[in-house]
Amino acid sequence: MTVRLALLCLALAAASLAIGPVDLAAIWARDPDLARTLFVELRLPRTGLALAIGAGLGASGAAAQALLRNPLASPDVLGPSSGAALGAVLAGYFLGSGVIGMAIGGLAGAGAALALLLALVGRGAGTTRLVLAGVAVAMLIGVAINLALSLAPSPFALYDLMFWLMGSLDDRSLPQLALAAPLILAGIVLLVRSAPALDALALGEDVALSLGVARTAVQSRIIAGIALATGAGVAVAGSIGFIGLIVPHLVRPHVGHRPGAAVVPAALAGGALLTAADVAVRLLPAGIDLRLGVLTALIGAPFFIALVMRRD
Amino acid sequence: MLEAIALARPPMLAPTNLALQPGHVTGVIGPNGAGKTTLLRALAGLSRGPGRVLLDGAPLTPGPRTLAWLPASRDAVWPMTAATLVQLGLGPGAPPEPQAVAAALAACDASALANRAVNRLSTGERARVLLARAIVARPAWLLLDEPVANLDPGHRIDVMDLLATEADRGAGVVVALHDLDLARRCDRLLLLSDGTVVADGSPEQALTPDNLARYFGVRRDNHDWQRIVNVLLIGHVDGQSRSQAAADGQRPQPD
Repeated sequence: MTVRLALLCLALAAASLAIGPVDLAAIWARDPDLARTLFVELRLPRTGLALAIGAGLGASGAAAQALLRNPLASPDVLGPSSGAALGAVLAGYFLGSGVIGMAIGGLAGAGAALALLLALVGRGAGTTRLVLAGVAVAMLIGVAINLALSLAPSPFALYDLMFWLMGSLDDRSLPQLALAAPLILAGIVLLVRSAPALDALALGEDVALSLGVARTAVQSRIIAGIALATGAGVAVAGSIGFIGLIVPHLVRPHVGHRPGAAVVPAALAGGALLTAADVAVRLLPAGIDLRLGVLTALIGAPFFIALVMRRD
Repeated sequence: MLEAIALARPPMLAPTNLALQPGHVTGVIGPNGAGKTTLLRALAGLSRGPGRVLLDGAPLTPGPRTLAWLPASRDAVWPMTAATLVQLGLGPGAPPEPQAVAAALAACDASALANRAVNRLSTGERARVLLARAIVARPAWLLLDEPVANLDPGHRIDVMDLLATEADRGAGVVVALHDLDLARRCDRLLLLSDGTVVADGSPEQALTPDNLARYFGVRRDNHDWQRIVNVLLIGHVDGQSRSQAAADGQRPQPD
């Protein structure tokens, strides 16, 4: 399945590179330099970011569900993605709405949320405490975002930030890709390395400990991996919901429902799904400006409802 | 040898010194809230607190071949098959060992469940699969919290036989039990009350009529008293004459 998902990612990436508001082939015939610039400066970062952010969300979702032993968990419950959104919004105020400034603000916000979460949780805390601390951090940050928005200096700034928060890959540039992709990749590597421990956690925390899983080290590594893999994505693209929630459910049946073994396929499937969604928003007729984050939520929410209904 | 040195988990467990021998089945008994689970978790190195646990003289380091912990909880979050779950008992990232998994499932009379999703099993069936998970890596020590809870009478006896077999291969078995009839089959019993080991010895030494009355509240004016004493202390398979003699000799004076 991993190979097939990787091929699907490649095919969708090719589609994402080929599809856009302008016909690159026609421009190439007239002005090859312009076509190359469009390809490298616009199509490539957009495709790369869709793959990387989707992969980060998919892997984080699989890891969060395994760590919290809850199929209805998503990486958002731990707070770093909210932290990234707050950091980006604050950077938008104080540093101007420069995209790199917002991205760096987002990364700082994700890091701050992570630090707050780990400080609240303490050494080797149990799952319940982790969930409660994560929910508390996410709620606190959500309120802070609303406060920041309500204090917006002008209606235009408010409009820009609201729109940014909805999540999009429009007009992203190479520096944003260069900033986010390595961090997301580092987060995914941390999560993949934790996969055996995540499998063991399926037996419960105590049993995982008795099998030699070091709780404190593993928990910190997984939370840091989730923060990197989701926070870096939110910092450059805004909030993109539901990928991290639904993708693990799509792949887990194919790995024997082993929660750790689902991390790599979930990363690939997440990348494929977000790339496909990003192609879809570009194929919509002009005039319908559907944000990427809105589209993933429109697809994800019914899926989530079906999932909850099927559980009993 | 598994040693507990001044092992305490206040307020559930008072400072306790123990030396447990491999090759024996040690039963941990006591009324609800006596500290059985707390003692087992502390012995497994799963809780922090005063005291030390030494395995053959060195601090205990957990691992699938060292020690298996079976919690009393029977929950299973993910709908994996029983065989997949048992494989996880070989440790994080361990290579697949289908033969070891099949042998462990067979030892727990769960071979027929191998390809069924664990969350679709009955509680008793899942208890047998979880026990197979605990023994699959052939650990040196088995710490089992209520492994026979939820099991039907036939499987209860099977599990006690399995524990004896594990002890025969050299494993140290420490098992919390509520069923005092089954506890009689242990080599050694630790009777806990209010977090303190109040009796430690053979089943005959630990399960005295006095202890039954004092720690389990089995009242002597209960019309079943004679039968309970017979069943618990003498055993139903033994002859009537022996039980009668023992009852006459051991019956404590009324308060």
